[in-house]
Amino acid sequence: MKVGLFIPCYINQLYPQVAIATLELLEKLGVDVYYPKGQTCCGQPLGNSGYEGDAKGSCQVFVENFKEYDYIVGPSGSCIYHVKKHFDIIEQTPEVVKVRNNAYELCEFIVKILGKTDLGASFPHKVGLHKSCHGLRGLHLGSCSERMDPPFSTEEDLLNNVKGLELMSLTRKDECCGFGGTFSVFEEAISVKMGKDRIQDHLDNNVEVITGADHSCLMHLEGLINRNKQPLRVMHIAEILNSSI
Amino acid sequence: MSHAEKATIFNKNEAKVNWHDKALWYVREKRDNAAHGVKEWEYLRDLASAIKANVLSDLDTYLVEFEANALKNGIKIHWASDAEEHNAIIGKILDDNKAEKVVKSKSMLTEECHLNPYLEAKGIEVVDTDLGEYIVQIAKETPSHIVLPAIHKTKEEVDELFQEHLGTKPSNGNPEYLTNEARKHLRGKFLKADVAITGVNFAIADTGGFVVCTNEGNADMGSHLANVHIASMGIEKIIPKEAHLGIFLRLLARSATGQPITTYSSHFNKPAEGKEMHIVIVDNGRTEQLSREDFRASLHCIRCGACMNTCPIYRRSGGHSYDATIPGPIGSILSPGKDLTKHSSLPFASTLCGSCSNVCPVKINIHEQLYKWRQIIVKDIKQPMVKKSILKIAASVLAKPKIYDFAGKSARFMLKHAPRFMIYNKLNAWGKARELPEIKNENFDQWYKINRKK
Repeated sequence: MKVGLFIPCYINQLYPQVAIATLELLEKLGVDVYYPKGQTCCGQPLGNSGYEGDAKGSCQVFVENFKEYDYIVGPSGSCIYHVKKHFDIIEQTPEVVKVRNNAYELCEFIVKILGKTDLGASFPHKVGLHKSCHGLRGLHLGSCSERMDPPFSTEEDLLNNVKGLELMSLTRKDECCGFGGTFSVFEEAISVKMGKDRIQDHLDNNVEVITGADHSCLMHLEGLINRNKQPLRVMHIAEILNSSI
Repeated sequence: MSHAEKATIFNKNEAKVNWHDKALWYVREKRDNAAHGVKEWEYLRDLASAIKANVLSDLDTYLVEFEANALKNGIKIHWASDAEEHNAIIGKILDDNKAEKVVKSKSMLTEECHLNPYLEAKGIEVVDTDLGEYIVQIAKETPSHIVLPAIHKTKEEVDELFQEHLGTKPSNGNPEYLTNEARKHLRGKFLKADVAITGVNFAIADTGGFVVCTNEGNADMGSHLANVHIASMGIEKIIPKEAHLGIFLRLLARSATGQPITTYSSHFNKPAEGKEMHIVIVDNGRTEQLSREDFRASLHCIRCGACMNTCPIYRRSGGHSYDATIPGPIGSILSPGKDLTKHSSLPFASTLCGSCSNVCPVKINIHEQLYKWRQIIVKDIKQPMVKKSILKIAASVLAKPKIYDFAGKSARFMLKHAPRFMIYNKLNAWGKARELPEIKNENFDQWYKINRKK
C-alpha cells in the first residue's frame, strides 16, 4: 500500500510541525508513505470564494501529484473534503476519480483503513476537541449534534486511547469556529466573535489544549488566543497522537 | 449595505449579540430534545423531502387538483403571478366587501408582497395579531426571524414600546403583564374586523383544504369572527394528501420551537354559512426558482426557521443584517433568485459549516446551494477589485508549483522579518483582532528535503 502524503499549502508554509507529526505518525504505524514534490493547494479558497472555475489548474496539479498512490492522506478535513466534493469541475478521468475516492483525512485513514485506535501515544493534559465542520458534516468523521444518528467520533476514538489525556466535554460540541476561509476576512466581525465564543467554551470547561483535525480552524483560534493572551494552546491532533513521554 | 457591514454594526453591542445568540441557541436545543424523542426522525425527514420533491416535479397537476377540490367546497380561488397582483386581488376583495378593518395572522408571503403598506395606503386598518408580528408592526420594523419575528427585541424594549403605543404602565419588562395587555388590545381588533387574512402552512391537493399553524390561536380567532377569510399561499405550499400532514406537522413544530405539536393546527375546508373564504395562490418568482435545477430544492422550505436558530452567523448578526424578507441560511439561497444584485452578499454570509442542511426538516442542501450561488455571483455581479485580483492571482500561482514555492518563501520571509506596523494595519482584516501565525525557520518542503532522502 503506497500512501501519498498531502500537506495543505498553509500547513507546509506556516505549520511545518503539523506536517512532520503527520509524516512521523504514519511512519510509526508502518505505512509506506511518500511526499510528492510540487504540491500547491487543493483550490478550496478559490472555490469557496466563488472562483471555482479558476481553480482547475490547482486541481490538475493535485491529481498529477497523487494519481499513482493507493491512498492520499492529509492532516486537514477541510482540504480533503474539497478534493472529494468539489473536484467535479475537471474532467472525471479514471485518475481523477481514483484520487477523489482514495483521499482520506488522517484520523479517518488511521481508524477506517489501518483499523487502529490505540496508537501508543501519551499526552497528560486536559484536551478539548474542536470538530471542524468540513470534517464532521462533510466527511462524517463523527455524528453531528443536529442529526438523530447513533453517536460516534473518529477523533474521540483516537484521543480516548491516548495515555493520560483527559478529553473535556464542551457546552456546544460541534459549533463552527468562524474561520470559513476567506469568510475570516470578508466577514471579519462575525468570524472573530464566533472564534471568541468557541474559545470561551473551552476555557469554561477547563481545557488546556484545543485540538482538532483541521489546522485552519486552529490557526484562527490560535490567532485570537495569542492576541488576547489566553491560557490555552492549540495543537493539531497529529501532534498529540505522535507524542509520547 | 452588505451583510458584513450590517453585521459589524450589530456586533458593536457584544452583550446584545450574546443575548441574541443564547436566546436562539436555546430554541435550537429545544428542537434537538424534541427531535431526540422521535425514533424515526431521520426517516421522517427523508419522507418529507421526497414528498416535496414529488410535489415540485408535478406542481401544475397538484395545483389544479387543489383548485378543483377547493372550488367544490365553496372556496374562491385567485391566482397571482406576482406581489402586485396578490395585493390588488386582496384589495379588490376588501373593496367588494366594503371592508375597513383587517386582522392578519402570521404570513411571510404577505411580508414578501408588502401587503401592509399597500392596504394602509388604501386607508385600511391592518393589524398583525401574532404577538411578535404586532411588536414589529408598532415598532415600524420588519420581522427579523420568520417564526420569532421580534427576537431582536428584549422584553425591556417591548415594555417601552407598549407604554408608547398601548399606554401600559412601566413593568420592567414583565412578560405576563405585557402579553395580557396586548391580548386585551387585540381582542377589540378581532371583534371589529371585517376581514381576516392568514397564511397557509399546508394546502392539501386531494381535499382542497388547508392548514394554518399558530401558537396563539390568532388565525382561528380572526377567521371565525370576521365574515371574510382570505388565505395567501405560495404555489409551493401544496402537499398531495391529507395523510401527509402526519409527517409535516410532526416535523414543523419540533423543528420550529421544539414543541411536539403547534398549539393550534387549524384545518380550513370550507366557508361557514353566510361567510366567504378566499385563497390567493401566488407565484412571485417561485416558478423561476423552480426552473433553476441547482436551487429547486429551496422550494421544499416549510418555514420552520430551524436553519436560523442553528446558524452561528445568524445568531450573531441578527435577522435584519440580511436585509431580506426571509433572513438566515434559507433566505440566503432564496433571495438571490429574486434580486441577485441586492442580495449578492448573502451567500457569502456563511462559513459553509452545513449545520443548516442538517437541521432542515425537508433536507434542503442549503450550504451546497450557498456555494453554488457564490459561483454565479462572482460572474454576474461586479466584485471588489482587490478581492477579485487577489483570488485571480492566487489561482495562477497555485496552478504552478515553482511560482507557488517562491511565493510561499517570500510571504514567510515578509511575515518573519517585516516590522509589526507593516503587517498589522487596516489593510489586514485578519490582524485586526487576531495574531498571524508565528513563522518557523523552514517550511515542510525544506524540512523534508533535509530529513528524508528517499
